[in-house]
Amino acid sequence: MSAPVTKQRATHYETPGRILDIRREFPILSRKVQEKPLAYLDNAASTQMPSKVMETITAYHEFHHSNVHRGVHQLSQEASDLYEGAREKVRRFIHARDTRQVIYTSGTTAALNLIAHSWGNSRVGKGDTILVSNMEHHANIVPWYMLAKRTGVQIKVIPILDDGTLDMDAFEAMLDPSVKAVCVNHVSNALGTVNPVRTIAGMCRERGIVSVIDGAQAVGHLKVDVQELDVDFYAFSGHKMHGPTGIGILYGKLPLLNEMEPFLGGGDMILSVSFDNITWNDLPFKFEAGTPPIAQAVGLGAAIDYLNGHDRTFLYDYEQQLLSYANERLAEVPGLTFIGTAPQKAAIVSFVMKDVHPHDIGTILDGEGVAVRTGQHCAEPVMDRYGISSTTRASMAFYNTFEEIDQLRDALLKVTELFDVTD
Amino acid sequence: MLLTNRTKNLYQEVILDHNKNPRNFRVIEHPSHTAKGHNPLCGDKLDVYLVLDENQTVQDVSFVGDGCAISKASASIMTTIVKDKHIDEVRTIFRGFHDMATGKIEADEDPKLRRLRAFSGVRDLPARVKCATLAWHTLDAALKDEEIITTE
Repeated sequence: MSAPVTKQRATHYETPGRILDIRREFPILSRKVQEKPLAYLDNAASTQMPSKVMETITAYHEFHHSNVHRGVHQLSQEASDLYEGAREKVRRFIHARDTRQVIYTSGTTAALNLIAHSWGNSRVGKGDTILVSNMEHHANIVPWYMLAKRTGVQIKVIPILDDGTLDMDAFEAMLDPSVKAVCVNHVSNALGTVNPVRTIAGMCRERGIVSVIDGAQAVGHLKVDVQELDVDFYAFSGHKMHGPTGIGILYGKLPLLNEMEPFLGGGDMILSVSFDNITWNDLPFKFEAGTPPIAQAVGLGAAIDYLNGHDRTFLYDYEQQLLSYANERLAEVPGLTFIGTAPQKAAIVSFVMKDVHPHDIGTILDGEGVAVRTGQHCAEPVMDRYGISSTTRASMAFYNTFEEIDQLRDALLKVTELFDVTD
Repeated sequence: MLLTNRTKNLYQEVILDHNKNPRNFRVIEHPSHTAKGHNPLCGDKLDVYLVLDENQTVQDVSFVGDGCAISKASASIMTTIVKDKHIDEVRTIFRGFHDMATGKIEADEDPKLRRLRAFSGVRDLPARVKCATLAWHTLDAALKDEEIITTE
Protein backbone atom coordinates (compact mmCIF):
# COMPACT_ATOMS: atom_id res chain seq x y z
CA MET A 1 0.00 0.00 0.00
CA SER A 2 1.62 3.25 -1.07
CA ALA A 3 -0.80 5.53 0.81
CA PRO A 4 0.46 6.38 4.27
CA VAL A 5 -1.94 4.99 6.82
CA THR A 6 -0.73 6.48 10.05
CA LYS A 7 -2.41 7.47 13.24
CA GLN A 8 -1.02 10.96 12.89
CA ARG A 9 -3.19 14.02 12.45
CA ALA A 10 -5.68 13.76 9.65
CA THR A 11 -3.99 16.54 7.66
CA HIS A 12 -1.02 14.25 7.06
CA TYR A 13 -2.95 12.09 4.62
CA GLU A 14 -1.69 12.39 1.09
CA THR A 15 -3.48 11.25 -2.02
CA PRO A 16 -1.33 8.57 -3.68
CA GLY A 17 0.25 9.31 -7.05
CA ARG A 18 -1.59 6.36 -8.57
CA ILE A 19 -4.88 8.05 -7.75
CA LEU A 20 -3.73 11.35 -9.24
CA ASP A 21 -2.85 9.45 -12.43
CA ILE A 22 -6.30 7.86 -12.45
CA ARG A 23 -7.95 11.27 -12.05
CA ARG A 24 -6.36 12.42 -15.30
CA GLU A 25 -8.26 9.67 -17.10
CA PHE A 26 -11.57 11.31 -16.11
CA PRO A 27 -11.79 14.65 -17.96
CA ILE A 28 -14.87 15.89 -16.06
CA LEU A 29 -13.00 15.83 -12.75
CA SER A 30 -10.82 18.77 -13.82
CA ARG A 31 -13.72 21.13 -14.52
CA LYS A 32 -14.80 23.94 -12.26
CA VAL A 33 -18.16 24.62 -10.65
CA GLN A 34 -19.00 28.14 -9.40
CA GLU A 35 -15.36 28.97 -10.20
CA LYS A 36 -14.21 26.39 -7.65
CA PRO A 37 -12.54 23.07 -8.42
CA LEU A 38 -15.23 20.41 -8.63
CA ALA A 39 -15.29 17.90 -5.78
CA TYR A 40 -17.57 15.22 -7.17
CA LEU A 41 -18.94 13.33 -4.17
CA ASP A 42 -22.18 12.04 -5.68
CA ASN A 43 -20.92 8.73 -7.01
CA ALA A 44 -23.75 6.72 -5.48
CA ALA A 45 -26.10 8.62 -7.79
CA SER A 46 -23.89 8.14 -10.84
CA THR A 47 -20.20 7.62 -11.44
CA GLN A 48 -18.13 9.41 -14.07
CA MET A 49 -16.72 7.73 -17.17
CA PRO A 50 -13.03 7.59 -18.03
CA SER A 51 -11.90 8.75 -21.50
CA LYS A 52 -11.34 5.16 -22.58
CA VAL A 53 -15.01 4.30 -22.12
CA MET A 54 -16.15 7.40 -24.00
CA GLU A 55 -13.65 6.71 -26.81
CA THR A 56 -14.91 3.13 -27.12
CA ILE A 57 -18.51 4.32 -27.40
CA THR A 58 -17.56 6.94 -29.99
CA ALA A 59 -15.52 4.41 -31.99
CA TYR A 60 -18.48 2.05 -31.95
CA HIS A 61 -20.67 4.77 -33.49
CA GLU A 62 -18.00 5.90 -35.95
CA PHE A 63 -17.05 2.48 -37.31
CA HIS A 64 -19.32 -0.38 -36.28
CA HIS A 65 -22.86 0.70 -35.57
CA SER A 66 -25.76 -1.28 -36.97
CA ASN A 67 -28.51 -3.36 -35.45
CA VAL A 68 -27.55 -6.63 -33.76
CA HIS A 69 -28.55 -10.23 -34.53
CA ARG A 70 -30.28 -9.19 -37.73
CA GLY A 71 -28.23 -8.42 -40.79
CA VAL A 72 -25.87 -10.58 -42.81
CA HIS A 73 -23.83 -7.52 -43.66
CA GLN A 74 -20.45 -6.65 -42.20
CA LEU A 75 -21.55 -3.88 -39.84
CA SER A 76 -24.34 -5.92 -38.30
CA GLN A 77 -21.86 -8.71 -37.66
CA GLU A 78 -19.38 -6.32 -36.07
CA ALA A 79 -22.05 -4.71 -33.90
CA SER A 80 -23.30 -8.16 -32.83
CA ASP A 81 -19.77 -9.29 -32.00
CA LEU A 82 -19.10 -6.21 -29.90
CA TYR A 83 -22.48 -6.51 -28.15
CA GLU A 84 -21.98 -10.21 -27.38
CA GLY A 85 -18.32 -9.63 -26.55
CA ALA A 86 -19.39 -7.18 -23.87
CA ARG A 87 -21.76 -9.82 -22.48
CA GLU A 88 -18.85 -12.20 -22.09
CA LYS A 89 -16.90 -9.45 -20.30
CA VAL A 90 -19.80 -9.02 -17.88
CA ARG A 91 -19.96 -12.77 -17.34
CA ARG A 92 -16.29 -12.91 -16.37
CA PHE A 93 -16.59 -9.70 -14.30
CA ILE A 94 -19.26 -11.19 -12.03
CA HIS A 95 -18.00 -14.75 -12.54
CA ALA A 96 -21.27 -16.13 -13.88
CA ARG A 97 -21.08 -19.66 -15.22
CA ASP A 98 -22.74 -18.95 -18.54
CA THR A 99 -23.48 -15.93 -20.76
CA ARG A 100 -27.09 -17.13 -20.97
CA GLN A 101 -27.37 -15.94 -17.37
CA VAL A 102 -26.33 -12.39 -18.30
CA ILE A 103 -29.36 -10.41 -19.46
CA TYR A 104 -29.07 -6.86 -20.69
CA THR A 105 -31.62 -4.43 -19.30
CA SER A 106 -31.80 -0.64 -19.24
CA GLY A 107 -30.63 -0.62 -15.61
CA THR A 108 -31.14 -2.06 -12.15
CA THR A 109 -34.72 -0.79 -11.97
CA ALA A 110 -35.68 -2.55 -15.21
CA ALA A 111 -33.93 -5.73 -14.04
CA LEU A 112 -35.87 -5.79 -10.75
CA ASN A 113 -39.15 -5.08 -12.54
CA LEU A 114 -38.35 -7.95 -14.90
CA ILE A 115 -38.01 -10.34 -11.96
CA ALA A 116 -41.19 -9.05 -10.30
CA HIS A 117 -43.11 -9.74 -13.50
CA SER A 118 -41.51 -12.76 -15.11
CA TRP A 119 -40.81 -14.64 -11.90
CA GLY A 120 -43.35 -13.06 -9.56
CA ASN A 121 -46.53 -13.14 -11.63
CA SER A 122 -46.61 -16.93 -11.84
CA ARG A 123 -44.83 -17.84 -8.59
CA VAL A 124 -46.59 -15.95 -5.81
CA GLY A 125 -50.15 -15.33 -4.69
CA LYS A 126 -52.40 -14.95 -1.68
CA GLY A 127 -50.91 -16.54 1.43
CA ASP A 128 -47.34 -16.02 0.21
CA THR A 129 -44.88 -13.46 1.55
CA ILE A 130 -42.03 -11.46 0.06
CA LEU A 131 -39.49 -9.93 2.43
CA VAL A 132 -38.02 -6.53 1.59
CA SER A 133 -35.42 -4.86 3.80
CA ASN A 134 -36.05 -1.50 5.45
CA MET A 135 -33.00 -0.06 3.70
CA GLU A 136 -34.05 -0.77 0.11
CA HIS A 137 -34.01 1.74 -2.69
CA HIS A 138 -37.48 2.40 -4.12
CA ALA A 139 -36.44 0.28 -7.13
CA ASN A 140 -36.42 -2.79 -4.87
CA ILE A 141 -39.65 -1.87 -3.09
CA VAL A 142 -42.11 -0.52 -5.62
CA PRO A 143 -41.99 -3.45 -8.12
CA TRP A 144 -42.84 -5.80 -5.22
CA TYR A 145 -45.76 -3.66 -4.08
CA MET A 146 -47.01 -3.61 -7.66
CA LEU A 147 -46.68 -7.40 -7.70
CA ALA A 148 -48.65 -7.52 -4.43
CA LYS A 149 -51.42 -5.53 -6.08
CA ARG A 150 -51.51 -7.97 -9.00
CA THR A 151 -51.26 -11.23 -7.06
CA GLY A 152 -52.22 -10.63 -3.44
CA VAL A 153 -48.79 -11.63 -2.11
CA GLN A 154 -47.97 -9.99 1.20
CA ILE A 155 -44.90 -7.74 1.61
CA LYS A 156 -43.11 -7.72 4.96
CA VAL A 157 -40.22 -5.49 5.98
CA ILE A 158 -36.97 -6.81 7.46
CA PRO A 159 -36.02 -4.29 10.17
CA ILE A 160 -32.64 -2.63 10.54
CA LEU A 161 -30.72 -1.83 13.71
CA ASP A 162 -29.87 1.72 14.78
CA ASP A 163 -26.41 1.60 13.20
CA GLY A 164 -27.89 0.64 9.83
CA THR A 165 -27.12 -3.08 9.84
CA LEU A 166 -29.79 -5.56 8.90
CA ASP A 167 -31.45 -7.17 11.92
CA MET A 168 -30.37 -10.74 11.14
CA ASP A 169 -32.17 -12.25 14.14
CA ALA A 170 -35.44 -10.66 13.13
CA PHE A 171 -34.77 -11.75 9.56
CA GLU A 172 -34.26 -15.38 10.53
CA ALA A 173 -37.43 -15.31 12.62
CA MET A 174 -39.38 -14.04 9.62
CA LEU A 175 -38.35 -16.94 7.38
CA ASP A 176 -41.54 -18.99 7.68
CA PRO A 177 -42.83 -21.32 4.95
CA SER A 178 -44.93 -18.56 3.37
CA VAL A 179 -41.82 -16.63 2.32
CA LYS A 180 -41.12 -17.01 -1.41
CA ALA A 181 -38.55 -14.28 -2.03
CA VAL A 182 -36.14 -12.06 -0.09
CA CYS A 183 -35.16 -8.73 -1.65
CA VAL A 184 -32.09 -7.02 -0.21
CA ASN A 185 -29.47 -4.67 -1.54
CA HIS A 186 -25.80 -5.63 -1.47
CA VAL A 187 -24.86 -2.08 -0.45
CA SER A 188 -27.38 0.49 0.81
CA ASN A 189 -27.34 3.68 -1.24
CA ALA A 190 -28.68 5.74 1.67
CA LEU A 191 -26.60 4.30 4.54
CA GLY A 192 -23.59 2.68 2.89
CA THR A 193 -24.17 -0.59 4.78
CA VAL A 194 -22.68 -3.68 3.14
CA ASN A 195 -25.13 -6.51 3.72
CA PRO A 196 -24.03 -10.12 4.34
CA VAL A 197 -25.44 -11.25 1.01
CA ARG A 198 -23.77 -14.65 1.01
CA THR A 199 -25.25 -15.50 4.42
CA ILE A 200 -28.66 -14.17 3.42
CA ALA A 201 -28.66 -16.15 0.17
CA GLY A 202 -27.59 -19.27 2.07
CA MET A 203 -30.42 -18.93 4.57
CA CYS A 204 -32.83 -18.53 1.66
CA ARG A 205 -31.45 -21.51 -0.25
CA GLU A 206 -31.85 -23.86 2.74
CA ARG A 207 -35.55 -22.98 2.76
CA GLY A 208 -36.18 -22.92 -0.98
CA ILE A 209 -36.62 -19.13 -0.98
CA VAL A 210 -35.50 -17.05 -3.96
CA SER A 211 -32.88 -14.38 -3.18
CA VAL A 212 -33.07 -11.12 -5.14
CA ILE A 213 -30.05 -8.86 -4.70
CA ASP A 214 -29.87 -5.23 -5.82
CA GLY A 215 -26.17 -4.83 -6.54
CA ALA A 216 -26.29 -1.29 -7.98
CA GLN A 217 -24.10 0.21 -5.26
CA ALA A 218 -21.77 -2.78 -5.02
CA VAL A 219 -20.38 -3.56 -8.47
CA GLY A 220 -18.33 -0.38 -8.82
CA HIS A 221 -16.62 -0.93 -5.48
CA LEU A 222 -16.62 -4.56 -4.33
CA LYS A 223 -15.50 -7.62 -6.22
CA VAL A 224 -18.74 -9.41 -6.97
CA ASP A 225 -18.69 -13.16 -7.61
CA VAL A 226 -22.25 -14.39 -8.12
CA GLN A 227 -21.24 -18.04 -7.76
CA GLU A 228 -19.45 -17.42 -4.51
CA LEU A 229 -22.38 -15.35 -3.20
CA ASP A 230 -24.66 -18.08 -4.56
CA VAL A 231 -27.57 -15.71 -5.11
CA ASP A 232 -30.57 -16.45 -7.33
CA PHE A 233 -30.85 -13.00 -8.92
CA TYR A 234 -28.38 -10.12 -8.99
CA ALA A 235 -29.13 -6.77 -10.65
CA PHE A 236 -26.89 -3.79 -11.37
CA SER A 237 -26.38 -0.71 -13.57
CA GLY A 238 -23.57 0.39 -15.88
CA HIS A 239 -23.58 4.03 -14.84
CA LYS A 240 -22.70 3.19 -11.25
CA MET A 241 -19.49 1.46 -12.35
CA HIS A 242 -18.05 4.10 -14.70
CA GLY A 243 -20.05 2.98 -17.72
CA PRO A 244 -22.85 4.81 -19.52
CA THR A 245 -26.48 5.24 -18.45
CA GLY A 246 -29.20 3.16 -20.10
CA ILE A 247 -27.57 -0.23 -19.57
CA GLY A 248 -27.86 -2.68 -16.73
CA ILE A 249 -27.61 -6.38 -16.06
CA LEU A 250 -29.84 -9.03 -14.64
CA TYR A 251 -27.99 -12.15 -13.58
CA GLY A 252 -30.09 -15.17 -12.69
CA LYS A 253 -29.72 -18.88 -12.06
CA LEU A 254 -30.46 -20.91 -15.16
CA PRO A 255 -33.33 -23.09 -13.89
CA LEU A 256 -35.20 -19.96 -12.76
CA LEU A 257 -34.55 -18.04 -15.96
CA ASN A 258 -35.52 -21.03 -18.09
CA GLU A 259 -38.88 -21.37 -16.42
CA MET A 260 -39.71 -17.68 -16.49
CA GLU A 261 -42.02 -16.13 -19.05
CA PRO A 262 -40.66 -13.18 -21.04
CA PHE A 263 -41.20 -9.67 -19.64
CA LEU A 264 -41.49 -7.53 -22.77
CA GLY A 265 -42.54 -8.86 -26.15
CA GLY A 266 -41.12 -7.82 -29.50
CA GLY A 267 -38.36 -8.54 -31.96
CA ASP A 268 -35.32 -10.65 -31.09
CA MET A 269 -37.02 -12.41 -28.16
CA ILE A 270 -38.83 -14.96 -30.34
CA LEU A 271 -37.78 -17.91 -32.46
CA SER A 272 -40.92 -17.99 -34.57
CA VAL A 273 -44.12 -16.00 -34.75
CA SER A 274 -47.35 -16.88 -36.44
CA PHE A 275 -50.80 -15.74 -35.48
CA ASP A 276 -51.42 -19.23 -34.08
CA ASN A 277 -48.25 -19.82 -32.17
CA ILE A 278 -45.17 -18.00 -30.82
CA THR A 279 -41.99 -19.71 -29.68
CA TRP A 280 -39.75 -17.79 -27.28
CA ASN A 281 -36.10 -17.36 -28.13
CA ASP A 282 -33.42 -19.02 -26.01
CA LEU A 283 -31.71 -17.32 -23.09
CA PRO A 284 -30.64 -14.61 -22.73
CA PHE A 285 -32.49 -13.24 -25.80
CA LYS A 286 -35.88 -14.28 -24.41
CA PHE A 287 -35.64 -11.26 -22.14
CA GLU A 288 -34.19 -8.79 -24.65
CA ALA A 289 -37.12 -7.61 -26.75
CA GLY A 290 -36.52 -4.92 -29.34
CA THR A 291 -33.31 -3.21 -30.37
CA PRO A 292 -31.18 -3.22 -27.23
CA PRO A 293 -28.90 -0.42 -25.97
CA ILE A 294 -26.00 -1.62 -28.12
CA ALA A 295 -23.54 1.26 -27.72
CA GLN A 296 -24.28 1.29 -23.98
CA ALA A 297 -23.54 -2.43 -23.70
CA VAL A 298 -20.25 -1.87 -25.55
CA GLY A 299 -19.56 1.02 -23.15
CA LEU A 300 -20.25 -1.22 -20.17
CA GLY A 301 -17.74 -3.71 -21.57
CA ALA A 302 -15.19 -0.90 -21.83
CA ALA A 303 -15.89 0.11 -18.22
CA ILE A 304 -15.18 -3.47 -17.15
CA ASP A 305 -11.92 -3.44 -19.14
CA TYR A 306 -11.07 -0.19 -17.40
CA LEU A 307 -11.72 -1.57 -13.91
CA ASN A 308 -9.87 -4.79 -14.70
CA GLY A 309 -6.89 -2.69 -15.80
CA HIS A 310 -6.44 -1.53 -12.21
CA ASP A 311 -5.63 -3.30 -8.99
CA ARG A 312 -9.16 -3.43 -7.60
CA THR A 313 -8.00 -4.42 -4.14
CA PHE A 314 -5.87 -1.27 -4.04
CA LEU A 315 -8.85 0.82 -5.23
CA TYR A 316 -11.15 -0.73 -2.61
CA ASP A 317 -8.64 -0.21 0.20
CA TYR A 318 -8.14 3.38 -0.90
CA GLU A 319 -11.91 4.03 -0.89
CA GLN A 320 -12.03 2.64 2.64
CA GLN A 321 -9.29 5.10 3.63
CA LEU A 322 -11.36 7.92 2.13
CA LEU A 323 -14.31 6.70 4.20
CA SER A 324 -12.42 6.70 7.49
CA TYR A 325 -10.88 10.07 6.65
CA ALA A 326 -14.34 11.49 5.90
CA ASN A 327 -15.67 10.08 9.18
CA GLU A 328 -12.78 11.70 11.01
CA ARG A 329 -12.99 15.12 9.35
CA LEU A 330 -16.77 15.41 9.35
CA ALA A 331 -16.87 14.54 13.05
CA GLU A 332 -15.13 17.92 13.54
CA VAL A 333 -18.17 19.74 12.12
CA PRO A 334 -20.45 21.11 14.87
CA GLY A 335 -23.98 19.71 15.10
CA LEU A 336 -23.39 16.91 12.61
CA THR A 337 -24.83 13.42 13.15
CA PHE A 338 -24.01 10.43 10.94
CA ILE A 339 -26.90 8.30 9.71
CA GLY A 340 -25.61 4.77 9.06
CA THR A 341 -22.59 3.68 11.06
CA ALA A 342 -22.50 -0.04 10.29
CA PRO A 343 -19.13 -1.77 10.77
CA GLN A 344 -19.15 -2.92 7.13
CA LYS A 345 -19.65 0.09 4.91
CA ALA A 346 -18.97 1.26 1.40
CA ALA A 347 -17.52 4.77 1.02
CA ILE A 348 -20.85 6.52 1.59
CA VAL A 349 -21.35 9.07 4.37
CA SER A 350 -24.90 10.17 5.11
CA PHE A 351 -25.54 12.79 7.76
CA VAL A 352 -27.87 15.42 9.18
CA MET A 353 -26.92 18.75 10.69
CA LYS A 354 -28.78 20.24 13.64
CA ASP A 355 -31.44 22.74 12.53
CA VAL A 356 -30.17 22.94 8.95
CA HIS A 357 -32.17 21.38 6.16
CA PRO A 358 -30.12 19.19 3.76
CA HIS A 359 -31.42 21.20 0.83
CA ASP A 360 -29.75 24.33 2.18
CA ILE A 361 -26.56 22.37 2.84
CA GLY A 362 -26.60 21.07 -0.74
CA THR A 363 -26.99 24.53 -2.24
CA ILE A 364 -24.23 26.07 -0.12
CA LEU A 365 -21.90 23.12 -0.84
CA ASP A 366 -22.60 23.52 -4.55
CA GLY A 367 -21.47 27.12 -4.22
CA GLU A 368 -18.17 25.74 -2.91
CA GLY A 369 -17.78 23.33 -5.82
CA VAL A 370 -18.83 20.29 -3.78
CA ALA A 371 -21.40 17.99 -5.43
CA VAL A 372 -23.37 15.90 -2.93
CA ARG A 373 -26.83 14.42 -2.94
CA THR A 374 -29.47 15.79 -0.60
CA GLY A 375 -32.94 14.39 -0.03
CA GLN A 376 -34.42 10.98 0.55
CA HIS A 377 -32.13 9.12 -1.85
CA CYS A 378 -35.10 7.18 -3.28
CA ALA A 379 -35.24 5.43 0.09
CA GLU A 380 -38.06 7.09 1.98
CA PRO A 381 -38.56 4.13 4.39
CA VAL A 382 -34.96 4.60 5.58
CA MET A 383 -35.70 8.24 6.39
CA ASP A 384 -38.87 7.21 8.25
CA ARG A 385 -36.85 4.61 10.18
CA TYR A 386 -34.59 7.35 11.54
CA GLY A 387 -37.42 9.87 11.96
CA ILE A 388 -35.84 12.36 9.57
CA SER A 389 -37.08 13.93 6.35
CA SER A 390 -33.84 13.70 4.42
CA THR A 391 -30.06 13.56 4.67
CA THR A 392 -27.00 14.95 2.98
CA ARG A 393 -24.90 12.22 1.40
CA ALA A 394 -21.30 12.26 0.24
CA SER A 395 -20.47 9.15 -1.76
CA MET A 396 -16.95 8.47 -2.91
CA ALA A 397 -15.23 6.67 -5.73
CA PHE A 398 -11.57 5.72 -6.12
CA TYR A 399 -10.83 8.95 -8.01
CA ASN A 400 -11.70 11.14 -5.05
CA THR A 401 -8.95 12.65 -2.93
CA PHE A 402 -8.31 13.50 0.70
CA GLU A 403 -8.21 17.15 -0.39
CA GLU A 404 -11.77 16.87 -1.67
CA ILE A 405 -12.87 15.59 1.73
CA ASP A 406 -11.19 18.67 3.22
CA GLN A 407 -13.08 20.81 0.71
CA LEU A 408 -16.31 19.15 1.88
CA ARG A 409 -15.50 19.73 5.52
CA ASP A 410 -14.55 23.38 4.95
CA ALA A 411 -17.79 23.95 3.02
CA LEU A 412 -19.77 22.36 5.86
CA LEU A 413 -18.05 24.67 8.35
CA LYS A 414 -19.31 27.60 6.27
CA VAL A 415 -22.83 26.19 6.59
CA THR A 416 -22.47 26.03 10.37
CA GLU A 417 -21.24 29.63 10.47
CA LEU A 418 -24.03 30.93 8.26
CA PHE A 419 -26.71 29.09 10.21
CA ASP A 420 -25.08 29.61 13.57
CA VAL A 421 -24.86 25.88 14.36
CA THR A 422 -23.15 24.76 17.53
CA ASP A 423 -22.81 21.34 19.12
CA MET B 1 -16.11 33.93 6.28
CA LEU B 2 -15.76 33.90 2.50
CA LEU B 3 -19.02 32.94 0.84
CA THR B 4 -19.80 33.06 -2.84
CA ASN B 5 -22.01 35.93 -3.99
CA ARG B 6 -24.66 33.41 -4.96
CA THR B 7 -24.80 32.01 -1.44
CA LYS B 8 -24.86 35.49 0.09
CA ASN B 9 -27.69 36.59 -2.22
CA LEU B 10 -29.71 33.54 -1.36
CA TYR B 11 -29.21 33.39 2.38
CA GLN B 12 -29.79 37.01 3.31
CA GLU B 13 -30.10 38.06 6.93
CA VAL B 14 -33.88 38.41 6.73
CA ILE B 15 -34.24 34.84 5.42
CA LEU B 16 -31.96 33.41 8.10
CA ASP B 17 -33.92 35.32 10.73
CA HIS B 18 -37.34 34.11 9.60
CA ASN B 19 -35.96 30.57 9.29
CA LYS B 20 -34.77 30.67 12.87
CA ASN B 21 -37.78 32.50 14.29
CA PRO B 22 -40.69 31.81 11.97
CA ARG B 23 -43.67 34.15 12.47
CA ASN B 24 -47.21 32.83 12.78
CA PHE B 25 -45.84 29.31 13.12
CA ARG B 26 -48.93 27.72 14.69
CA VAL B 27 -52.10 25.82 13.90
CA ILE B 28 -55.37 27.77 13.61
CA GLU B 29 -58.03 25.58 15.20
CA HIS B 30 -60.97 26.77 13.12
CA PRO B 31 -59.66 28.07 9.80
CA SER B 32 -62.02 29.13 7.04
CA HIS B 33 -59.49 27.82 4.51
CA THR B 34 -56.56 25.43 4.73
CA ALA B 35 -54.31 23.41 2.41
CA LYS B 36 -51.30 21.09 2.56
CA GLY B 37 -48.25 21.80 0.43
CA HIS B 38 -45.66 19.19 -0.53
CA ASN B 39 -42.45 19.31 -2.50
CA PRO B 40 -41.56 15.64 -3.08
CA LEU B 41 -38.12 16.57 -4.44
CA CYS B 42 -36.85 17.62 -1.02
CA GLY B 43 -39.60 16.34 1.25
CA ASP B 44 -40.77 19.81 2.26
CA LYS B 45 -44.24 19.73 3.75
CA LEU B 46 -46.27 22.60 5.11
CA ASP B 47 -49.84 23.37 6.11
CA VAL B 48 -51.29 26.84 5.62
CA TYR B 49 -54.30 28.06 7.63
CA LEU B 50 -56.45 31.07 6.84
CA VAL B 51 -59.33 32.90 8.43
CA LEU B 52 -61.15 35.19 5.98
CA ASP B 53 -63.78 37.63 7.12
CA GLU B 54 -67.03 38.30 5.26
CA ASN B 55 -65.28 40.86 3.04
CA GLN B 56 -62.76 38.24 1.82
CA THR B 57 -59.99 39.88 3.80
CA VAL B 58 -57.36 37.86 5.65
CA GLN B 59 -58.09 38.14 9.33
CA ASP B 60 -55.62 35.53 10.49
CA VAL B 61 -53.05 33.35 8.74
CA SER B 62 -50.52 30.80 9.94
CA PHE B 63 -48.42 27.82 8.87
CA VAL B 64 -46.73 24.75 10.29
CA GLY B 65 -44.38 22.33 8.60
CA ASP B 66 -40.90 21.15 7.95
CA GLY B 67 -38.71 22.48 5.22
CA CYS B 68 -35.53 24.18 4.14
CA ALA B 69 -34.64 27.71 5.17
CA ILE B 70 -35.92 29.17 1.93
CA SER B 71 -39.36 27.54 2.15
CA LYS B 72 -39.73 28.22 5.87
CA ALA B 73 -38.69 31.86 5.60
CA SER B 74 -40.92 32.33 2.58
CA ALA B 75 -43.92 30.94 4.46
CA SER B 76 -43.13 33.09 7.49
CA ILE B 77 -42.75 36.32 5.50
CA MET B 78 -45.85 35.45 3.50
CA THR B 79 -47.98 35.30 6.63
CA THR B 80 -46.78 38.75 7.71
CA ILE B 81 -47.52 40.21 4.28
CA VAL B 82 -50.99 38.84 3.55
CA LYS B 83 -52.53 39.64 6.92
CA ASP B 84 -55.30 42.26 6.63
CA LYS B 85 -55.19 42.13 2.84
CA HIS B 86 -58.08 41.34 0.51
CA ILE B 87 -57.65 38.02 -1.32
CA ASP B 88 -57.54 39.79 -4.70
CA GLU B 89 -54.49 41.72 -3.52
CA VAL B 90 -52.99 38.52 -2.08
CA ARG B 91 -53.30 36.86 -5.47
CA THR B 92 -51.75 39.84 -7.23
CA ILE B 93 -48.76 39.72 -4.89
CA PHE B 94 -48.42 35.97 -5.43
CA ARG B 95 -48.36 36.45 -9.21
CA GLY B 96 -45.75 39.19 -8.90
CA PHE B 97 -43.66 37.09 -6.51
CA HIS B 98 -43.86 34.10 -8.84
CA ASP B 99 -42.70 36.24 -11.78
CA MET B 100 -39.82 37.59 -9.72
CA ALA B 101 -38.72 34.16 -8.47
CA THR B 102 -38.72 32.74 -11.98
CA GLY B 103 -36.84 35.76 -13.37
CA LYS B 104 -39.69 37.14 -15.49
CA ILE B 105 -39.54 40.53 -13.78
CA GLU B 106 -36.88 42.37 -11.83
CA ALA B 107 -37.21 42.50 -8.06
CA ASP B 108 -37.46 46.30 -7.96
CA GLU B 109 -40.08 46.60 -10.72
CA ASP B 110 -43.05 46.19 -8.41
CA PRO B 111 -43.23 48.16 -5.15
CA LYS B 112 -45.65 45.55 -3.75
CA LEU B 113 -42.77 43.05 -3.76
CA ARG B 114 -40.50 45.20 -1.61
CA ARG B 115 -40.52 42.81 1.32
CA LEU B 116 -40.08 39.81 -0.93
CA ARG B 117 -36.96 41.01 -2.70
CA ALA B 118 -34.80 38.88 -0.40
CA PHE B 119 -35.96 35.87 -2.40
CA SER B 120 -34.82 37.15 -5.79
CA GLY B 121 -31.62 35.07 -5.40
CA VAL B 122 -33.51 31.87 -6.21
CA ARG B 123 -33.78 32.84 -9.87
CA ASP B 124 -30.17 31.67 -10.31
CA LEU B 125 -31.09 28.29 -8.81
CA PRO B 126 -33.97 26.68 -10.72
CA ALA B 127 -34.06 23.79 -8.23
CA ARG B 128 -34.80 26.22 -5.40
CA VAL B 129 -37.60 28.26 -7.00
CA LYS B 130 -40.10 25.68 -5.76
CA CYS B 131 -38.84 26.11 -2.20
CA ALA B 132 -39.55 29.84 -2.34
CA THR B 133 -42.98 29.48 -3.90
CA LEU B 134 -44.33 26.41 -2.06
CA ALA B 135 -46.03 28.42 0.71
CA TRP B 136 -47.63 30.77 -1.80
CA HIS B 137 -48.86 27.92 -3.99
CA THR B 138 -50.33 26.32 -0.87
CA LEU B 139 -52.02 29.56 0.16
CA ASP B 140 -53.40 29.90 -3.37
CA ALA B 141 -54.72 26.34 -3.16
CA ALA B 142 -56.32 27.04 0.21
CA LEU B 143 -58.16 29.98 -1.33
CA LYS B 144 -59.31 27.70 -4.15
CA ASP B 145 -60.24 25.04 -1.58
CA GLU B 146 -57.85 22.49 -3.08
CA GLU B 147 -56.89 19.98 -0.44
CA ILE B 148 -53.33 19.08 -1.37
CA ILE B 149 -50.96 21.01 -3.55
CA THR B 150 -47.67 19.74 -4.86
CA THR B 151 -45.01 21.76 -6.59
CA GLU B 152 -43.81 18.78 -8.59
